Amino acid sequence: MEEKKYGWSFPHVKGTMSTANIMRMVLLALLPAAVFGVVYFGLEALFHMIVCVVACMLTEFVFEAFADRPLAVTDCSAAVTGLLLSFMIPVNAPVWIGIIGSVFAIAVIKMAFGGIGRNRLNPALSGFCLLLILFPGYMRDYTFGDLGSQTLLGQLLQGETVDPLPMILGNTNGGIGQTSAIAILAGAVLLLAFGIIHLRIPAACTLSFVAVLILFGDHGFDQLYLTTQLGGGGFLLGICFMAVDYVTSPITKKGQVLYGLLIGILAAALRLGGVEEAIVYAILVGNLAVPPIEKVTVPKAFGQKKMVKVHNDKSGGTA
Amino acid sequence: MAHVTFKGGVFPHKRKRFTRDRKLEEYLPKGELVFPLLQHIGGAAIPVVSPGERVLEGQLIAKASGDISSPIHASVSGTVRSIEPRLTVSGKQIPSIVIENDGEYEEYPIPPVRPWTELEPGERLRSIREAGIVGLGGAGFPTHVKLAVRNPKRIRYVIVNGTECEPYMTSDYRRMVEEPERLVEGLRIVLSLFERAIGIFALEDNKRDAITALELATMEELRSEVRVLETKYPQGAERMLIYAVTGAEIDSTQLPADAGCIVLNVETVYAIRQALVEGRPLTKRAITVTGKALKSPRNLLVRLGTSFAELPEVAGGYVREPKKFVCGGPMRGMALPDLNVPVIKTSAGLLCMSKEYLFKPSACIRCGACVEVCPIRLLPAKLAELAAEGKEDEFRQIHGMECLGCGSCSYVCPARRALAPTIQGMRRSLLAQGKR
Repeated sequence: MEEKKYGWSFPHVKGTMSTANIMRMVLLALLPAAVFGVVYFGLEALFHMIVCVVACMLTEFVFEAFADRPLAVTDCSAAVTGLLLSFMIPVNAPVWIGIIGSVFAIAVIKMAFGGIGRNRLNPALSGFCLLLILFPGYMRDYTFGDLGSQTLLGQLLQGETVDPLPMILGNTNGGIGQTSAIAILAGAVLLLAFGIIHLRIPAACTLSFVAVLILFGDHGFDQLYLTTQLGGGGFLLGICFMAVDYVTSPITKKGQVLYGLLIGILAAALRLGGVEEAIVYAILVGNLAVPPIEKVTVPKAFGQKKMVKVHNDKSGGTA
Repeated sequence: MAHVTFKGGVFPHKRKRFTRDRKLEEYLPKGELVFPLLQHIGGAAIPVVSPGERVLEGQLIAKASGDISSPIHASVSGTVRSIEPRLTVSGKQIPSIVIENDGEYEEYPIPPVRPWTELEPGERLRSIREAGIVGLGGAGFPTHVKLAVRNPKRIRYVIVNGTECEPYMTSDYRRMVEEPERLVEGLRIVLSLFERAIGIFALEDNKRDAITALELATMEELRSEVRVLETKYPQGAERMLIYAVTGAEIDSTQLPADAGCIVLNVETVYAIRQALVEGRPLTKRAITVTGKALKSPRNLLVRLGTSFAELPEVAGGYVREPKKFVCGGPMRGMALPDLNVPVIKTSAGLLCMSKEYLFKPSACIRCGACVEVCPIRLLPAKLAELAAEGKEDEFRQIHGMECLGCGSCSYVCPARRALAPTIQGMRRSLLAQGKR
């Protein structure tokens, strides 16, 4: 009978998009960055990715099986979390670090709050944040080949002058999936083209981030400086894949713009304070600000404009 | 010219090719006919015949009970068998007049008709009322009440809603293709009530033949024209249509007349012409009988009171097992658990679906797809959540009462949540309590 009810209420046809489809599209959009990471950093990178994805999905499965929740692990959202988390891990970090981050992300951040759609913070970012706090030694050691432990952005933040060119293609050190701007942007374009994400959040982020850096960065409109800031520290991955996370961003259109602007400003401020992973903290703070943002950005309904007031007197004047 | 429209909306598969080239054919009913006394918004009609009496086609069998009500006429000749509660499309038992069809279709004598141009506006309205005409697009609001606006001079547009934005439905399209002159004449009658209004046939751009036919028919008309809109659901919703045509936004408490508009369905305009030119009351209507389960879907002219159960047979019977019957289109139509209900004035079609489409909802992922498509700029995900929790005040605060109930949010929801039905349920219960 319960099942009948869904079928008998209008509309009797539905669009083709489903949660699982969306998550699979996101995985597809992450593929270029993943492939680049594996090709550039080698099989260890692939190993990290697999470990994180499997750990995330397994954690969710265990939780759903034992907490008697509906089995939603098949919608692949845990896989997205795992892949995103692995993208931020340096290639030299031990494998178990990914497992700790994954279990924390899914068990504490996602499932404890009620599963998909109910978490307040982005799971992947929270997992990464925890790892940064617990194992700063591993997580900040970006040594790879003949590149030192500092990323290009790290050098820039220490006052050195760097050439940001490797950041665009990705042949530099950093998290295994976040070095290549081209690969990440290719994925973002795919998501935009299919209407899965909208330009509002990434655009607002970039805009306010760049604006703050130009105004307070002491470099003026220095293209090399700005490119390094934009390309490093996982900024692109953050705004294209994590800030736009449905669950932890506002659903109102105006709210999304506000949220984007807030994240951009916070990230820029933290960068100016010398924090390399500024975008991570900025997005997490942004996540917490979502409920109040949504509250103040409820859109006016159709017809509730000036003209309405003139005629409203006859209906009691409440609308 | 760029085709105007509203913001938001969805693009479901149209599936109109099943029936778009099938002419309207008259169908003569076999069994008994059932006339529910409440086929419109307002007071139920009062029977003026008694069981055992013989009635003729077109004879008044129930009179209007007040100002906002509408009379009902027999659509066949035969004997009144009983007056008893019968199941209707809405799923409720409603007192109905049951007539045994004698198959002779003997017509009730039509009194000589005076040309409508000689009638006073009040007399024209009375003719419309006596013909039992209500909004045939689905709302069922008595047309004479809609046309009796306080200040006719403030009406600037009479919009004939030929958008037919529901998938599958083609009966309005066939009317426009087959009888454009009559529709233009019907519009002329309505325009005669509003001296400062212009008449507009509003069509979606996928109905090219109808656009051509109506453009030809309105060529000589000084006061009416054809306006082409984008093909998008819910283009035919009154508020969306008014916005697309005039640019005025009205909220749910306002009437089209507040924006200087009168919106009438194609079928209603046709019925108005029939009442004033031929003197015939409303006894039949165009219906699309369609769906993948049927062998040869078609458009029928069906007498009111005919049982829906007879219609699939007329459309060639089933080629696939029918899983679900819907009265009306798939977006806003009502599922029929039982086909033994009569066709009433507001029934626009019968859809026999070959798949049942059980949508099992999963958790909301807050993707905002519903917000993107809501033509009223609401937050359906949030409203549905509040409605499920029964939080009335917050529901009203974020404009839940403005919901059209178009179902666009449910259509796009990737989590397959029944957003629109939940919101509408809350809205209806609040309206019933008199809260706005």
